[in-house]
Amino acid sequence: MESRAHRFRRNIAEALANPVLQANLSKAKGKFVEKRAQAIQELDDFEATREAAREIRDRVLANLDLWLETFEANARARGATVLWAKDGNEVSRLVVEIAKRHGVKKVVKSKSMLSEEAGLNQALLAAGIEPVETDLGEYILQINGYEPPSHIIAPVVHKSLDEIADLFARTHRTPRKTEIAALTREARQVLREHFLTAEMGVTGGNFLIAETGSVALVTNEGNGRMVTTLPRVHVAITGIEKIVPTLEDLSTLMRLLPRSATGQSISNYVSVLTGTKNPAELDGPEHLYFILVDNGRTRLLGSDYQPMLRCIRCGACMNHCPVYQTIGGQAYGWVYPGPMGSVLTPLLLGLEKAHDLPYAATLCNQCGVVCPVKIPLPELLRNLREEADKRRLRPWRERLALRAWAWIALRPSLYALASRLLVRYLAWLAEGRGGISVLAAAPGWTMGRNFPAPEGETFRTRYRMRKRGP
Amino acid sequence: MSKEQILAEIRRRLRRPQESLQAAQAALEEALQQKVRGPMPALPPDAQGLRERFLAQAERHASCCERIASIEVAPWAVRRFLDARGLPRRAVIWPSLAELDWQGAGVEVAARAAQDADLVGITACFCAIAETGSLMLCSSPQTPATVSLLPPTHIALVPASRIVATMEDAWQLARAELGMLPRAVNFVSGPSRTGDIEQTIVLGAHGPAHVHLLLIESA
Repeated sequence: MESRAHRFRRNIAEALANPVLQANLSKAKGKFVEKRAQAIQELDDFEATREAAREIRDRVLANLDLWLETFEANARARGATVLWAKDGNEVSRLVVEIAKRHGVKKVVKSKSMLSEEAGLNQALLAAGIEPVETDLGEYILQINGYEPPSHIIAPVVHKSLDEIADLFARTHRTPRKTEIAALTREARQVLREHFLTAEMGVTGGNFLIAETGSVALVTNEGNGRMVTTLPRVHVAITGIEKIVPTLEDLSTLMRLLPRSATGQSISNYVSVLTGTKNPAELDGPEHLYFILVDNGRTRLLGSDYQPMLRCIRCGACMNHCPVYQTIGGQAYGWVYPGPMGSVLTPLLLGLEKAHDLPYAATLCNQCGVVCPVKIPLPELLRNLREEADKRRLRPWRERLALRAWAWIALRPSLYALASRLLVRYLAWLAEGRGGISVLAAAPGWTMGRNFPAPEGETFRTRYRMRKRGP
Repeated sequence: MSKEQILAEIRRRLRRPQESLQAAQAALEEALQQKVRGPMPALPPDAQGLRERFLAQAERHASCCERIASIEVAPWAVRRFLDARGLPRRAVIWPSLAELDWQGAGVEVAARAAQDADLVGITACFCAIAETGSLMLCSSPQTPATVSLLPPTHIALVPASRIVATMEDAWQLARAELGMLPRAVNFVSGPSRTGDIEQTIVLGAHGPAHVHLLLIESA
């Protein structure tokens, strides 16, 4: 997928100025948050489970090469073919080759963020192969001209029922339906036909299990099961970091993933798929391919950013992020939105292509608190900001301002004087009202809100007075 | 070759000294052998308690649950259910269930993989998990995966003796009884659902819209 992360500021302005998007976003706000809060109560010791999950993920990353080799050997022993891809282009090339080898004309897909990274749909179309997204949300995006997803687990969280009703009526040439159940039924009928006729299924993988050489798929709709049961060929595309050692480790992570994602104790379908169909079986694919993808991930190993590779793609960080809630996922410009996207996108694509993203955070640490594998997201965001500054990627005015501030902050008496003057100036601007409606020096701050007026004294003056006592 | 390049790059980045490679390999082997379990929620210690927990959780996922005395009466329970739902007395079943007296109960069954037109699919289960109210279905020639997937209604026979506490227990049972994992292990927790449109839950997205569990008390 082509990145629009470099024009993040423009994306934000457009998102904030879009009244339909704003209405949809405020409607969605909080639903996942509440359900998650309830669901984690069911675990006797949520924190211990979180710590165990972190340990599992770190254990794999510390010896990722060995775990990958173990996975590959066990997957091959069961008849799967294991392929490796350095980047998105190689993923697309491999999938198209597999499709051609098996005479495939139609591919049914269940949700795979990696296939978005690779731009796989466009590659399939270019090769004359029809891709069909089968997750309801992804299908809606596909029939809307391959619109990019706005959330990693709820791809159309930014769309309203009305918009989807129009889209279905237009695309399926059916009478317009306004009930969500009726729209879902219509999608079921349309997609059932595709499940039955496609020769190949493409999925992502929530986890790869080294012990057994299996892929674990977690879905609610059942589309993941369809695309891995009906077509002759199954291709699972996953990042190299998705390995877990054993089925016990999978069980631990499954206590956290659905709870963190949608607030469910378990998703409707958890499928653990191993190898190809045996000749006596009546259903299941005859060919199974794994594509293990790097696409920038190895660069994170051994660096300060290695903890990001623990990510299990639950989306809790974005569900709890005040910035994500306000601008929506598409503004982030690439596959991954929210705090995890603001860390991952610059790391996978290069900081120079997305250095505004790490600034899309208030560093309130809600993301760090809810992350089921304890990724220190605010810390990683701060690291990236520092790096962007060091590499002189930031605008000169910002860099100059920060240096001026640092220079003054290191000189206590000068700092005291400057803050006294600033407080007086701001108080004068406020003219006795509680807020300042236009801040000439930083107009961006006061575009959608008032800048709160200072109360008249600096912190240091107050501190001194307190110490003196009443 | 991308494989060699990726593995070489991982090794370079991990900066693992040569002498620790052996230790790492040994730790990996040990982890695979030990199969250490993580923290698990407290669950009832007795079979009766697990059964109640399973039923309560299954109902939370919108499965319907009915208790029956023995597996022999299952075909009659199925008939009653089909009649009550106004469904034809016809179903696709797992070949492993073909021995039951379906004819006696007046239910016409086909023991095969499911097809698009099938309205009702009947399966048993490998085991069931009390913690989450889930069925564990294992694919095999006698237990095709499509039967629990394509038909809009899924009926599952759940022997009470096959209810285990956790997913970890289910894996242990699979290792003991099956040796290696079957092609497809599916944990099913209620009817298929989606919340993609305005986070409103709709049942029957792509898979069954109804899941009916027959808990067999004496089995």
